[in-house]
Amino acid sequence: MADIIQAENLIFDYSRPGSEETETVRALDGVSLSIEEGSFTAIIGRNGSGKSTLAKNLNGLYLPSSGRVLVNGWDTADDDRIWDIRQTCGMVFQNPDNQLVASIVEDDVAFGPENLGIPSAEIRARVERVLRQVGMADYREKTAHLLSGGQKQRVAIAGVIAMEPRCILFDEPMAMLDPQGRAEIMEIIRALHRAGHTVVLITHFMDDAAGADRVVLMDQSRIVLDGEPREVFQEEEIIRAAMLEPPLAVRLAARLRARGVELPPDIITTERLVDCLCRLR
Amino acid sequence: MSIEVRDLSHIYGQGTPDEQAALQDISFVLHGGEMVALIGHTGSGKSTLVQHLNGLLKPNSGEIIVDGTDIARPGVSMLDIRRHVGLVFQYPEYQLFEETVAKDVAFGPKNLGLDAEEVDHRVREALTLVGLDYEAVKDRSPFDLSGGQKRKAAIAGVVAMRPDILILDEPTAGLDPGSHREIMEMVKRIHDSTRNITIFVTHDMNDVAALADKVLVMSRGRLLTVGSPTEVFSHRTQLSAVGLDVPPLMDLLGDLKEGGLPVRTEIFDLDEAADEICGALKKQKEK
Repeated sequence: MADIIQAENLIFDYSRPGSEETETVRALDGVSLSIEEGSFTAIIGRNGSGKSTLAKNLNGLYLPSSGRVLVNGWDTADDDRIWDIRQTCGMVFQNPDNQLVASIVEDDVAFGPENLGIPSAEIRARVERVLRQVGMADYREKTAHLLSGGQKQRVAIAGVIAMEPRCILFDEPMAMLDPQGRAEIMEIIRALHRAGHTVVLITHFMDDAAGADRVVLMDQSRIVLDGEPREVFQEEEIIRAAMLEPPLAVRLAARLRARGVELPPDIITTERLVDCLCRLR
Repeated sequence: MSIEVRDLSHIYGQGTPDEQAALQDISFVLHGGEMVALIGHTGSGKSTLVQHLNGLLKPNSGEIIVDGTDIARPGVSMLDIRRHVGLVFQYPEYQLFEETVAKDVAFGPKNLGLDAEEVDHRVREALTLVGLDYEAVKDRSPFDLSGGQKRKAAIAGVVAMRPDILILDEPTAGLDPGSHREIMEMVKRIHDSTRNITIFVTHDMNDVAALADKVLVMSRGRLLTVGSPTEVFSHRTQLSAVGLDVPPLMDLLGDLKEGGLPVRTEIFDLDEAADEICGALKKQKEK
């Protein structure tokens, strides 16, 4: 399929107050990345690696210092297209408290479509549908700020999909959630991908990245690895140099191979490792 | 030094239609030098419990005896409690407020009424203990530090009070794996150096397995069980029933066992697990 996003040789600088004068920090240093329509890409990296800055460049929230980003062929620097770009490429952020705008769940979800000038009957239908998609239909009339973190994040996702974006950028949507909230959000992300949305997931949870079609590892403002999860996660040294750890199954499989156990090279999930070992016996 | 909690109960909104028991009949004893993990599903009462331990909340009934004094009684001064019990909240970096890191860390010790020299000594000690370079950060604004450094500076403010009981409520929340590891190494370093009672609230079962001497498991406002990590994690099904996991490695070993490979599952170390699996495979082949 065609590329929905093309980032070409992105450079992004920002300035911060230094000890004496303001200093310039290069958060992205020559990043090129194309996202195929319908794909599921995970972007991983430690804090400060540039992954979040990259995501914010992909829908025109930030504009590159040099290089360019095309979304559906539109340049994000083109003021006349910025709303088309945001509608094509929605974004879910880390902290759900910063994304909810209305006090009642259904009003919050309706906020985006209302701003698109969609007729109210259609808005009602959409709100109903997207709340069901994220499993929050029973909470339609509840007060948003009284929900749990995971529930708030589901409402925030509903608000984004109510805009019917073709692509959704998730910027560490699970970082502030407990394990159960994290699992629920991950399940919704997978379902959205299956339903045809292009998904870009920024995360530092390796096991979540293992379920993507493609993993991009960022470190020190550049892309250092890019490929299918089973290729990327074999590069244990590069991953460790980037201050991350490969998934548990990869680490244990490497230790088993070192002890002479014959295992296929493409083990990245716990299920597959368990399956292979139980067959060996 | 010890802390003993007896039949602690706390009811939110008592006498209103929304009355809800947040804590029910909690009892346990912790001794000096123990590293304690407090685990439980969100809403199980973990945060409510730790807020009782430093006097922020008062129970409806029950006793909290710290160093011989029941701090749940009315009339106990908060300053006395704070001398003994230090609580680091979730996302403590949001509470940094002073112009410089040194001033921020000095805030607590100053309020204890210590003289300037002692305050300065405590600030140096605490910053070093959390792993920050005193000379490099003392005059900097806490807001110019990186995320991980901010959190360490905020924790130093509590460490500088030299609490006998140090409580950290989800100290690694929202951190990337590298910073996560650094913060847990820091918790261990502080504990090794002070030999105080350290209680950390966490969702990360690897940290529980690696660091805790004792685990408190909360569910729906009750203390479900207390034990060593090995004891607690041997109840995989019961934990799962209250929304808790065992460490991922134990989970994997459990799946292998269920799949027919007879392995021990109470293993927290990867190399040990690899040896165990190899051993089990070998035995099977010999049969």
